[in-house]
Amino acid sequence: MPKPDSLQGSLDLLVLKILSRRPRLHGYAIMTAIQGMSGEVLRAEEGSLYPALHRMDEEGWIRAQWIINDTGRRARLYELTAAGKKQLAAQEMRWQVVTAAVNRVLRMA
Amino acid sequence: MSWWSRIANVLRPDRLSREIDEELQLHIEEAIAQGRDPAEARRALGSALRLREESRDLRLVAWLDSLRADAIFGWRQVMKNKATSAAAILSLALGIGACTSAFRLIDALLLRPLPVSEPEQLYALARQGIDFDGKVRTGDSWAYPAFRLMRAAVKDQAELIALSYSERTDLTYGSDAETEKAYRQYVSGWMFNSFGLRPAAGRLFTESDDLKPGAHPYAVLSYDYWTSRFGRDPKVIGRTFRIGNDLYEIIGVGPERFTGTEPGTVIDIFIPTMMHPAVQRSDVSWIRTLARVKPGVALEPLRAKLGAISRAFEEDRSKGFGNKQLAEFLLSLRLFLEPAAAGISDLQNDYRASLVALGVLVGLVLLIACANVANLMTAQAASRAREMALRVSIGAGRARLVQLVLVESAWLAFLSAALGGVFAWWSAPLVVSMINPPHNPARLFLPADWRVLGFGLLLTVGVMLLFGLAPALRASAIKPVSALKGGEDPHSRRRLMHALIAVQTAFCFLVLFVAGLFVATFQRLSNRPTGFSLERILTLETVTVSPQPPAFWDQVAEHLRTVPGVETVGLANSVLLGGWSWSNFISVNGAPPNNVLAYLLQASPGWIDAMKIPLIDGRDFRPADTYPGFAIVNRTFAKSYFNGVDPVGKSFEVVFSGSTRLRFECVGLVGDVTYRDIRGPILPQAYFPFHSIDAKGALQPIEQGTFIVRTSRANPLALASTLRREVPRARPEFRVSNIRTQTEINQSHTVRERLLARLAFFFGVVALLLAGIGLYGVLDYSVLQRRREIGIRMALGAQAGDIARRVTVDVFSMVLGGALAGLALGFAAARYVQTLLYQVKPTDPSMMALPALTILAAALLAALPPVIRAVRIDPAKTLRTE
Repeated sequence: MPKPDSLQGSLDLLVLKILSRRPRLHGYAIMTAIQGMSGEVLRAEEGSLYPALHRMDEEGWIRAQWIINDTGRRARLYELTAAGKKQLAAQEMRWQVVTAAVNRVLRMA
Repeated sequence: MSWWSRIANVLRPDRLSREIDEELQLHIEEAIAQGRDPAEARRALGSALRLREESRDLRLVAWLDSLRADAIFGWRQVMKNKATSAAAILSLALGIGACTSAFRLIDALLLRPLPVSEPEQLYALARQGIDFDGKVRTGDSWAYPAFRLMRAAVKDQAELIALSYSERTDLTYGSDAETEKAYRQYVSGWMFNSFGLRPAAGRLFTESDDLKPGAHPYAVLSYDYWTSRFGRDPKVIGRTFRIGNDLYEIIGVGPERFTGTEPGTVIDIFIPTMMHPAVQRSDVSWIRTLARVKPGVALEPLRAKLGAISRAFEEDRSKGFGNKQLAEFLLSLRLFLEPAAAGISDLQNDYRASLVALGVLVGLVLLIACANVANLMTAQAASRAREMALRVSIGAGRARLVQLVLVESAWLAFLSAALGGVFAWWSAPLVVSMINPPHNPARLFLPADWRVLGFGLLLTVGVMLLFGLAPALRASAIKPVSALKGGEDPHSRRRLMHALIAVQTAFCFLVLFVAGLFVATFQRLSNRPTGFSLERILTLETVTVSPQPPAFWDQVAEHLRTVPGVETVGLANSVLLGGWSWSNFISVNGAPPNNVLAYLLQASPGWIDAMKIPLIDGRDFRPADTYPGFAIVNRTFAKSYFNGVDPVGKSFEVVFSGSTRLRFECVGLVGDVTYRDIRGPILPQAYFPFHSIDAKGALQPIEQGTFIVRTSRANPLALASTLRREVPRARPEFRVSNIRTQTEINQSHTVRERLLARLAFFFGVVALLLAGIGLYGVLDYSVLQRRREIGIRMALGAQAGDIARRVTVDVFSMVLGGALAGLALGFAAARYVQTLLYQVKPTDPSMMALPALTILAAALLAALPPVIRAVRIDPAKTLRTE
């Protein structure tokens, strides 16, 4: 059984959406952003966030970059690519269709 | 992520792991900085190692990573057995290199399309018929008026282009003393346009440069000639040169890659067809015809139309013939169209069969090499059976093992390909330089482009699968339980090796058999008596500015006789076997001529002496003898026209086309000599005096002739430069255009046979060597594998002879079976090389015995060391170690 707070496959969508609003975040910031913006309802599984990020990097949806931050430490920042924007639009659309369908089912039941 | 960074990741895995570690470490630090419990943060992140592997597997294409590991492992395997690997690589490299080389030649000569627009639309016209000897004759030459009719008739369906046969001609940019040679071709003015070619400098011909006979003294240079002769000087446009008495102006340079339409010859100078002296003559056939067929035009109606026009032309022309057979032959000709995207040349016709035969031979050598390496890999796989079993038992998949072994094969294949590439790069031009005699070398462009590289790559992969797949599949099918216990069925592996030995022997036999046929052909041709002595003879082809009185020619000959080192000097129209021929029908006692053509030559007194042709009866010419009037004939002439009776003192008539007849009295009978070529039968020949008189009895001036000089030097060429100087010193109007030894002329008739014999012999030796090494390897391996069994047998009292027999009997029956199969293959193949043979019968027992004995000897030699090792096995020692 999936945990009630698990993202159930929508992690990609959330990461892409967050990066589209606020570019150049590191992994931890993405995680806290998901938590914060969903009003603490959604929690990114920390263990699955990084493989997902690397996978999306591989797909070419996001781009990673090492920088030195204000405190003089290295950090790996992610930002959306053009392909990522398209992917985001497609996933958002699919999400709308699916949730609309689910809502219809719930209303009828 | 780009493919490049993926590959970079595979090559730098450590750095990648470090990056991922660092990122995860930073995550935890961030979590702690936010006030979370370090232990809880770590737990939430999960096992760092698992994460890293998960991410890494995503980022690396998994098989690329394993490929890298296999490549390193394979390289170690290759390096572990340095000697065997080197032998395998060398033999494969020779095979791959020779095949690539053969492909380069075949491609350049026969397959590569001309660098013109839409070469696939080009067709060559040719015609075929049966002549009065019952022989099938094919020709592709027409007279220009016939071409003109055909061109006009098919204008809407195809564009016809006339091209002369290329020829090496004398020309000069300055005085006569600065005469040089160049390849000239007469072409239709519209050729360049039709080919879609653009000039590199100046302009090219158009249709308006080819309208009126003799009115267009222009020339276009080929890019190659422009480069080699003028260093691409743009000022060359407008310069003039002279051929004979005709002055030509250079108007342009052709495009860089266009070297004419004759693969094997690079044209230097193009001239409009209208400038050819015979352009209006119906009785001189001097052009080839290319047709550019318009898209969508059906070939057969076009062919029929052209055929009808050509036939009507010949019909019209033959009305004036005195000879009925010739007319019948001309009317029996059937026209056909052949695809000519790769151009048309004599070299293609002469070498098509030879190159294909050589290609097959080198292909067989490559297969023999593959069989060797396959056996080597199988033997090695045997010693690695335990390693493979271990891999399987710790979880390696079947595909993984196939990959492991194939990668090792790939190392061998690609190292061989690299070495073979070097070999092909070096050897193909070498073979081209062996085509044609040295004074007139074939020139073939051999670009190393995608066609050649693609062929090489395909060949390499094919080779790799051929020798690597069977051992790889075998390795992957290993059963760990039986292998780790000490061995599966040992015979199955040997069966594969033995089968390969049989295949190798069959191929080796075939290569040796065909090589034997080629070598015998060359020997028989070279040893065929020519009827004259070619020792120490130098031939001086000489031309004059304008026709000179015969007395001047005699004066030059007389002067040459005084040069130290010169023994005798004769003078004739041409040299024997020089490619020139003049023939006509003969009538005796006014009877109608029979179908036998007599071959004619004009020669001075002393010529038969200089050539050392035996005088059987009568006398040599005297200085006062003239043409027509006197003749010396050979034995075959006497046989053909006088029923073998000595013709000295008798007369005959030469029948020229039309009704002209000239009467000659035989003053001498000489021995037979080869006249036109070395292969054919001896022809009836008549020699006439060098001095000609016209109908009124006046001596005719002469423009060209050949001095035959017999020197007293072992190397006649040492006198060449002296004689070249002495000719104009005797008379300033005279100039030597070409000096050759008679030996060189004779050898030029066997160039192809020599090339075939040499290369086939070389590859025969290689095939034998490879097959011998293969046999040795297999026997050695089997002795090694069976040493326990041999030890036991010896302990039980087996004799050395018995052991030797046991070790070799299987392999030798394979060799025997292979040789028989090779013999069958040889007979089948002999049909295809028949046209390349001369007086050699494939069914001749000696032709079969030679390869059989050679293979037997090689097999015995190869078997000796392993057999000695087998009989020297010390049973006590062997059994103790087990």
